[in-house]
Amino acid sequence: MLRRPLLLAGLVLTTALSLVAILSLFWTPFSPAKMQIASRLKSPLEYGLLGTDQFGRDVASLLMAGAWNSLSTAAAAVAIGASIGTLVGLTVAARGGWRSAVVMRGCDIIFAIPPILSAMMLAAFLGAGQFTAIIAIAVFMVPVFARLTLGAATQIWTLPYVSAAIGMGRAEWRITLVHVLPNIAGQIIVQVTIQLGLAILTEAGLSFLGLGMAPPAPSWGRMLADAQTYVGQAPWLALLPGLAIFLSVLGFSLLGDGLRDHLDRRS
Amino acid sequence: MTDLVARRFAGLILTLVVVSVFIFTVMDLLPGDPASIMLGTSASPDTLAALQRELGLDRPLPLRYVEWLGGVLQGDLGVSYTYGVPVAGLIGERLAVTLPLASMAILVSLVIAIPLGVQAARNHHRSVDLAVSLFSYAGIAVPSFWFGLLLIMLFATGLGWFPAGGFPGWSDGYATAFQALLLPALALALPQAAVLTRVTRSAILDVLAEDYIRTARAKGLSERAAVWRHALPASLVPIVTVLGLQFTFLVAGAVLVENVFNLPGLGRLAFQSLSQRDVIVMQDVVLFFAALVIIVNFLVDILYLVIDPRMRVASR
Repeated sequence: MLRRPLLLAGLVLTTALSLVAILSLFWTPFSPAKMQIASRLKSPLEYGLLGTDQFGRDVASLLMAGAWNSLSTAAAAVAIGASIGTLVGLTVAARGGWRSAVVMRGCDIIFAIPPILSAMMLAAFLGAGQFTAIIAIAVFMVPVFARLTLGAATQIWTLPYVSAAIGMGRAEWRITLVHVLPNIAGQIIVQVTIQLGLAILTEAGLSFLGLGMAPPAPSWGRMLADAQTYVGQAPWLALLPGLAIFLSVLGFSLLGDGLRDHLDRRS
Repeated sequence: MTDLVARRFAGLILTLVVVSVFIFTVMDLLPGDPASIMLGTSASPDTLAALQRELGLDRPLPLRYVEWLGGVLQGDLGVSYTYGVPVAGLIGERLAVTLPLASMAILVSLVIAIPLGVQAARNHHRSVDLAVSLFSYAGIAVPSFWFGLLLIMLFATGLGWFPAGGFPGWSDGYATAFQALLLPALALALPQAAVLTRVTRSAILDVLAEDYIRTARAKGLSERAAVWRHALPASLVPIVTVLGLQFTFLVAGAVLVENVFNLPGLGRLAFQSLSQRDVIVMQDVVLFFAALVIIVNFLVDILYLVIDPRMRVASR
């Protein structure tokens, strides 16, 4: 582990993020919703650890609560997208034939509509909020996992021992569960890790545009959007949430790449 | 080759039709219809019915789709509810900002990525390589809208070298227009540059490990010539591929960056149409963006055939 500093860094960053997110459910230095107009726009260390925002709310507490909101949205979206995508990929790989061409084309189409745009369409009809954000991100994740699983699983299906299992009359679903899925699980886990980072990035973009969690629930993206007005007076409001997004995304992508190297070297 | 291009083109048309049907159907399946969204909750039933008739919402979906498609083929995308002008003109106007912005971003990202990728590959496993790899990790993780905000803080409000946002239009001369687009293009380019740096580096490393490069080196080819004359041209295929695949992220980034810099582009139009509940504009812009992504990927497919003659045989 120590010989892989990038993997270690990724592990430290993502663990820290998860711990802070969970901690925020039980404890934050101040209540993230508590406004104190008297002590608004105080700089870091002048009030609390990281200062206050335009309503006098404690920035450290807002960032902590934002960590949970960001991570839970990303995790829900990736869980939904990865499950559906993997299921589609596995099913189509087992059947083969024209189905895979149809799925690939379908993936191209979904991939052409980035989550920001699908979130806008959804928001017009369903209203903005965490649900809309999760669905928009999850829809975009489906083709990512469907393509990955379809490609990897199709390869496994051509291996001799799978042919042997087919010859022995094993059912498709059994071969999929016993032979295919365990062999591609590593790749799926790596992709889940990387996509968690990208989902956090997308969620931040959505809430920056007001398409994420509804106020007053704190979110890093909206903190940045609000900070635009106070760039001159309170630069820390624009720096800190961005740094939090940056470190979280960095952590997941380092962890994902590190895991991939680890798996590659083992095989 | 013409045969291949024709077949790809047929595929493109089919995909575009499916995308439009998809978006049309999804918008129809979602609860609420455009007329009630545009008018809000306070509208009287009569007004609502009148707008529904005006928008043709009282007729069945397939009929509306065919009519809409017929309009699109004649350049008619419908009329914006808030602006009261044809959507096609609106998109064209906004495109005059977004297209130069995206082109500048692609250009900047290539100018950053290719030299960095080449240097990293030439110094494989040395400190330059590590530094470049750290840059690309960081570049991918930085949210473009935050980077834009940092650029504004540093170069606009801080040093005052560039405007903090807004767009003077092209009539005021190219210099001021480019000045207004430079920071946003930089913000949009950073994540792209990070991804492309990685691709360039690994593509060049792959080529440098090929037998023909070893043979050429044994015959006295210099390191510089090996990289620039052999490895880089051969790496163009993966670079162009990734550039095409990244286009959907460029579109998403443009929506965000245009909002940070207050640029009257297509991304901002999409966002404004949402807050103004102008569903027709939104539907058209989303379709336009999706079509753009699909067409760019089609062009990348065609470009392969031009760049790499081997593909003409392989994809037959």
